[in-house]
This record gives sequence, C-alpha cells and structure tokens, in this order.
Amino acid sequence: MKKALYVIAFIGVSLWFTTPLLLVLLASLTPSSDFYIMDKVLPSKLTFDHIYKLLVNLGGWKALIVSIQVALIAIAISFVLGIPAGYALARYVFPGKNVLKLMMLFTRSIPLIVIAVPLVTMYLRFNLADTMLGVALAHAAMVLPFVVLITSSIFSGVFVEYEEAGMIFGLSRFGAFLRITLPLALPGLVASAIFAFIMSWNEVFAASILSITNRTLPAHILSTAMASPDYFKFAAGTIMAVPAMVFIFIIRKYLISMWGISLK
Amino acid sequence: MHLAKVTISNVSKHFGNVRALDGIDLVIEEGSFVVLLGPSGCGKTTLMRCISGLEKPTSGRILFDEKDVTDVAPKDRNVSMVFQSYAVWPHMKVRDNIAYPLKLKKVPKTEIEERVKWVSELLHISELLDRYPAQLSGGQRQRVAVARAIVHKPNVLLMDEPLSNLDALLRVKMRSELKKLHEQVKVTTIYVTHDQTEAMTMGDKIAVMNSGKIVQFGTPEEIYKNPKTIFVAGFVGSPQMNLLKMKVTSDNGQILAQGYGLKIPLRSDPNRDFVIIGIRPENIHLENKPESVPITGNVYFVEKLMSETIIHLSLSEEKSIIMKVPNDFSVKEGEKIQVFIDTRTIHVFDPVSEERIQL
Repeated sequence: MKKALYVIAFIGVSLWFTTPLLLVLLASLTPSSDFYIMDKVLPSKLTFDHIYKLLVNLGGWKALIVSIQVALIAIAISFVLGIPAGYALARYVFPGKNVLKLMMLFTRSIPLIVIAVPLVTMYLRFNLADTMLGVALAHAAMVLPFVVLITSSIFSGVFVEYEEAGMIFGLSRFGAFLRITLPLALPGLVASAIFAFIMSWNEVFAASILSITNRTLPAHILSTAMASPDYFKFAAGTIMAVPAMVFIFIIRKYLISMWGISLK
Repeated sequence: MHLAKVTISNVSKHFGNVRALDGIDLVIEEGSFVVLLGPSGCGKTTLMRCISGLEKPTSGRILFDEKDVTDVAPKDRNVSMVFQSYAVWPHMKVRDNIAYPLKLKKVPKTEIEERVKWVSELLHISELLDRYPAQLSGGQRQRVAVARAIVHKPNVLLMDEPLSNLDALLRVKMRSELKKLHEQVKVTTIYVTHDQTEAMTMGDKIAVMNSGKIVQFGTPEEIYKNPKTIFVAGFVGSPQMNLLKMKVTSDNGQILAQGYGLKIPLRSDPNRDFVIIGIRPENIHLENKPESVPITGNVYFVEKLMSETIIHLSLSEEKSIIMKVPNDFSVKEGEKIQVFIDTRTIHVFDPVSEERIQL
C-alpha cells in the first residue's frame, strides 16, 4: 500500500515539473498556422521553423556562444578565487571564520536592481561595459559565495591524513593539495562548476544592463523574442532550457556523488 | 639504508594555552624500536608529529644524526609514517600507492617495480596489487600502509597506533609480524600506542609519557620491575598493581609498613610517616613462600579466565586487592581466605610525590 502511495507521489511530482517544460517545448514546435487556433490542442505537425529563425535570423546562435563563453569565464574567475578560499575554510582555524562565512551569503541579499545604476557607471569608467569579461565578473561575484561554501564542504570531506601522507612521502603542502586533494574532490568540484554554469546561463538582469551588443542568450531573448509573436517566446524558452537540461543529464553522476559526499 | 639516530632536545609544544609537550628530552639509537606509551592526551602523537615534521615544536630542537631538522619540511626528512587510519589513497591502486614515494623521488621505473615486488612479498600482499583500497579489508589496508612506508627505505619509521583499528586476533598476529619485519628491515622505528601489551612485547625501549612529559625511559624489564612513579607502575602490567597506603612504624628495631592487617618489613627507613606499597597481582600467592607475610581477606569477586583465575579480595570496606591464582583453585564469593604477599617484590612510593623510594 505504502509503495503505491510513493509511486503516485513520484509520478505527481514528476508531472508537476515536466508538464510546463513539455508544454513549452510543444508550443515552440507548433507551426504558426496552428498556434492561435483555440480548438487545436495538439499541433497537426511539428516544425523547427521558429527555433531556426530565432537562432539564425535573429542572432540567437551568436548569443548562445556568448552565454557559454561568459559562463566559462565566470567559472574560471570564481574557481581561482573560490577554491583556495574553500580550502582555507575547510582546513584552517582563524579568527572571524564563521563571520566570514555568513558575510559571503549576505552579498546575495542585495537586489541587483538597487546597485544597477552605480554598477553600470563603474563599468563605464573601467571600460568594462559591453564586454564579456564585464558580465563574467558580475556573474562570478554572484556565484562566488556558493563556490566557496560548496568547495569548503567538499574539502572537509577529504581526510586530512591523505594530504599528510602525501606530505610525508615527498609532496609539499601545495603539491599534496594538487595531487591528492583535488583528484579526490573532483566530483564535488565538477558539481560546483555545473552549479556556477547554470547560474550564469540563466542570469538575465546583470547581463541585460551590462551589455548592449555582446549579449548573452537570456539578455538577447529579452530584447528580441519578447517583441515577437508568442511562438518565438516559446522557442526562446526551449533554447534556454534544453541545453541546461542536456548538460545536467550528462553530469548527473557527479551531482549524485556530490550529494553523497556532503551527506557524510 | 641509513639508520638515523633521533635526538629530541628540550622540545615543547603549545596549542594556545594547552601544553601538549613540556620539555621532552629523548635519544633514540640507530635501528632501535622505541615505543611511546601513554594514555590519551599524554602528547605521544604530538611528539611523533613533531618528529615527522607535520607539526613544528614551539621550542626545542630535533636532530636526525647530527643534522638539525626542526625547520625541515616532512618531505625532506626522509621519514615515513604509518597512520592510525592507514591513509591509503583511495583513488590509486595498491600498486600505485606503494610506488608513489618512489615515483616522487624519481626512482627509475624498473627499480620501482623491483622494490614494490620485494615489499609486497614481505608483507604478503602480492595478490592485492591491482586492487583499489576500498576492496580491501582493514588488515590488508594496514599492510599496504606499512609497505608504502618502508619501500623508499626511510631513515626513521613512525607508526601511530597502527594496530588499534584491528580486531583482537589480528592485532596479536600483526604484533609479531611487525616486530619480525623490524628485524629483517632494520630501520629506526618509533611506535606510538596506549596499549601496554604492545609496548612491552615490541619495544627495545619504552618511553612512558603523561601530560606532555616523559615519565620514564627504559627497557620493558626496567619499566616493569623498577617503575619510577605510581603512574608508571599502574599503567604497565595487567591486572593493575595493587597500591596500599600504609603507616611507617617500628617494632623491635625493625621498620615496618603497617595497615589493613598487614605488617610488611622494610629494608631501610623511608624517613616518612606514610608510604604507598605496590604489589603486583602475580606476587600474591596462596602458599607461604620465603619472606612472605600473610593477609586475610573476603573474596568479593572471582573472574574465571579459564587459563587462570583473578580474585578480588576485600581487606576492608573501601580497599580490595587483586591476585592471580591457578585455574584449578576453586573459591566462592564471600569466602574468607588467607594469602601471602612476597615482600621481596614490593615497590615503595612516596605518598605525596608518587615517586619511587629506593630502600
């Protein structure tokens, strides 16, 4: 009896999540002729026309590439800063440690809209406006607290003795970090990277205000697809959602092992 | 392989207000097997970590032969360590674990293969070389840790309670194996444990530690027969030594320690009002041996070990003594029996300083 309830709950929750996605996907594939006809619930045929137009004619493809590049730069910046910070939090005891941890999360509590104008002004001054690096920096700042906290919990899960054994047998402290800790922390670090990627990929506000020509996909869609017929909006949604879903599907093993490690 | 002499000179280590080590002076001769023995928190692991280089002493020097290594990084000291948790790297096969120290020293590949073969045969793990640590039992992982520790021929080998995570049978087996290994592969070995049986059977010399200090340093026999303090006397030897506080009196010119119905003659005058007399359980007998004094007590607890029997005798309301008797001696709880204390084997301690008094 209990099992049946679990199955029903599982199906229910899955439907709750997947139905909107399926509707969006379906709508994006519906030809324009069928779209506004109320009687037709399901399209007569499927067409990739809208998606194609969005990507090719309306510059969607270029924006997608920009999005990927910005996300990768954001990951690089947040990792270079975040991994050493996460390691320090995991291994060392120093005054103000807990305060620091909380403060990092507080940076997320300021709505971006409040600092939007000063931010753009500063960017103009530093010649960062409308550059991929500029957007990536903003994304890195948003993502950094999470990278630090996730990596610190990952590193805590790697036993100190492994590193110490490395140090005894011929590695320096840094060498032990590189050759012992990082390989053991890899699933967690990959999961962090994914997290950072998704956050940067979906981020629309900072990307919109900090760039005009080199736009990331969400920013681009905001300006183009929103001014277009509805089926373009759905196509935009599909273009946004599908790569992220495919990506998570590919790396689902790493996500699960990260949760496994942090459950220890 | 070079055998190093380890000299620890006035080493202290503070962690904030906690004094983990307090003025440690110790010399470990080349090729010897020295055990650091003591209860949890006595500083033995801290001392070992200072010798390895993982911790730096707050003051004092550590020398390998004549070389001052106090500020030298662990990787440059040519030490080796077997951790309590073994610390065998989980992401590498057993073969790669053992070979890693040699790989880091840039030893040529053929020599690495030879040495891995030699050490894995020595530790009986040749069939396990291509497995991952997660696929091994605790005992097997421990052997891998030991193999990894000796493969690169260190000057000093450190072992941090390597047997404490093994089951009792395996522990006894590994004790003799490690000792035999030390005879075959002569390397200066420093072994940390809280188990006095391990210390007594394995060590050439034992340093008994308490509260960050070395209380006594000597051979197992010295430590057992001539403990310097009550702490050492009570820590080594199982069951624990009986300790009785007795008053010093004289009777017809003979100096006696008196109490609990006992009159124990002392060789000379301890010049104190009270002394603490220590008697090991195996020195209390059922028969009257030469130079023994009688004592009567109520049997209040009997432990039948099948190989022998341990009897708890109560002498008064608060005081009881423990003795060993042969297995065929049958006695019931509540019985009153007379036993004999061999006065040749008593230890005399000062009640205040808890130090041994030589009489």
